[in-house]
Amino acid sequence: MPDLKKFQELPVGGTVVWDQTVQPKTGGWRTGLKPTVDLSKCVNCLLCWVNCPDTAVLADKTTFKGFNYDYCKGCQLCAEVCPTDAIEMVDESEQVPALGRIGGEKYGNND
Amino acid sequence: METTIESPSVAKKKIRYHLLTGAEAAATAMQQVNPDVVSVYPITPQTPIIQTFSKYVANGKATTEIINVESEHSAMSAAVGAATAGARTMTATASQGLALMIEVVYIASSMRLPIVMAIGNRALSGPINIHCDHSDSMLARDSGAVQIFVENAQEAYDFMVMASRLAEHEKVLLPVMICQDGFTITHTAEPVLTLDDNIVKDFVGDYQIPYPLLNLDKVTTQGPFDMPDYYFEHKRQQQEAMEAFPDALEKITEEYAKITNRSYSALDTYKLNDAERAIVALGSTAGTVKDIVDDLREKGEKVGVLKIRSFRPFPDQKVREILSSLKSVAVFDRAMSFGSHGPLFSEVSRSLYGTDTKLSNYIYGLGGRDLFPKDIIKVFEELKQPSPQNDMNYIGLRS
Repeated sequence: MPDLKKFQELPVGGTVVWDQTVQPKTGGWRTGLKPTVDLSKCVNCLLCWVNCPDTAVLADKTTFKGFNYDYCKGCQLCAEVCPTDAIEMVDESEQVPALGRIGGEKYGNND
Repeated sequence: METTIESPSVAKKKIRYHLLTGAEAAATAMQQVNPDVVSVYPITPQTPIIQTFSKYVANGKATTEIINVESEHSAMSAAVGAATAGARTMTATASQGLALMIEVVYIASSMRLPIVMAIGNRALSGPINIHCDHSDSMLARDSGAVQIFVENAQEAYDFMVMASRLAEHEKVLLPVMICQDGFTITHTAEPVLTLDDNIVKDFVGDYQIPYPLLNLDKVTTQGPFDMPDYYFEHKRQQQEAMEAFPDALEKITEEYAKITNRSYSALDTYKLNDAERAIVALGSTAGTVKDIVDDLREKGEKVGVLKIRSFRPFPDQKVREILSSLKSVAVFDRAMSFGSHGPLFSEVSRSLYGTDTKLSNYIYGLGGRDLFPKDIIKVFEELKQPSPQNDMNYIGLRS
């Protein structure tokens, strides 16, 4: 354990400061299924973003962008809350496009 | 509260005393500090603190968000949330309320949240009892919160004004409990000197903590899980904070003295310079003992009082310097640590380790039992031939 800090070197109170900490890619815990999205069905309600227990749903202001698999645990909450069934869980081994966008042109502009 | 009386000795300076109970004095200080959030649940004898403060808020004299909660566990939890978010936060409680809060007090200390807690000391159940002793504060002894015991309503006011500054000091960042004896101080009206609202406002200043959770430019996670590789370091930091407190207290009380002419420190000595015998006590009892000391001094007896104001952190070096030259010392404890001596005795005993001063422990006043002048005179008499160190004495107990 080479780089463990001394008590004098740590922020007080156990506070974790974002840019001073290791950012482990916890998506490695994911088992079974991963989310994908058909953008033509997405209405940018961002319920998936609100409900994601991690930071795996990417959004730019009010526009849904896709999934960051580095942090997705495969919990399926996003697919469960999606009111338009735009999100589909697929097998972990399946090859999918960047950000999990498997289809559809968006009637809004997700780019 | 509306009543004011002119002090004959200082009338020329137009200083006005206000007739306030300790609870009202604390509430007045809270109104002037005007914290962002106060989360509360009523409990005797603390209730008049928050009741008076709520009236101030209702009348627009403070802009505080009062959060009425369903229990003290929730009061302290709400305080933790508010303080973490970046709000100057206070709460108040007593007895069972503090017992219910205690889990979250430990968390507030470990998260280094400068929450000010006004305490009206009251006995812990059981048997259920609403009157004063210090068992509630002593339950929080190891929680990591600073504990200041005040002697009267004036000190209650002054320390509630200073409490936010003490808690928020950059090297401290701990909850600060301002403990006043239930009923004896909380419900007893005394003349109190208060400051103007704007003077308090300037003295207290803006609330600043290093990592407010709602600062989205500096994103943080607060109160996370620690594995064995970091827990110990974070606990050591809490000791560091306590060790930094005496300096913070000295600086802030000096600054306060400049605007009030009232000086405070971690402890108070009374007629100890040439004393041979002394009583050590917390809170209002110290005031009672001072009166007896005056009487006995007139008869030529070399007696004095050491009042401990800062129980956590405990000023052990100062206690040693002051008491080690004395022949015998009685330590008054208004709480018990069953199976050991009283908690204050343990501290004083540790501070005096290896000195020749004879120490004895007196438990008194549990559940609000009165301490009479004759009891104190008897203790000073007994100090002439002190009992063995491991003796426990009980004042006013039928046996």
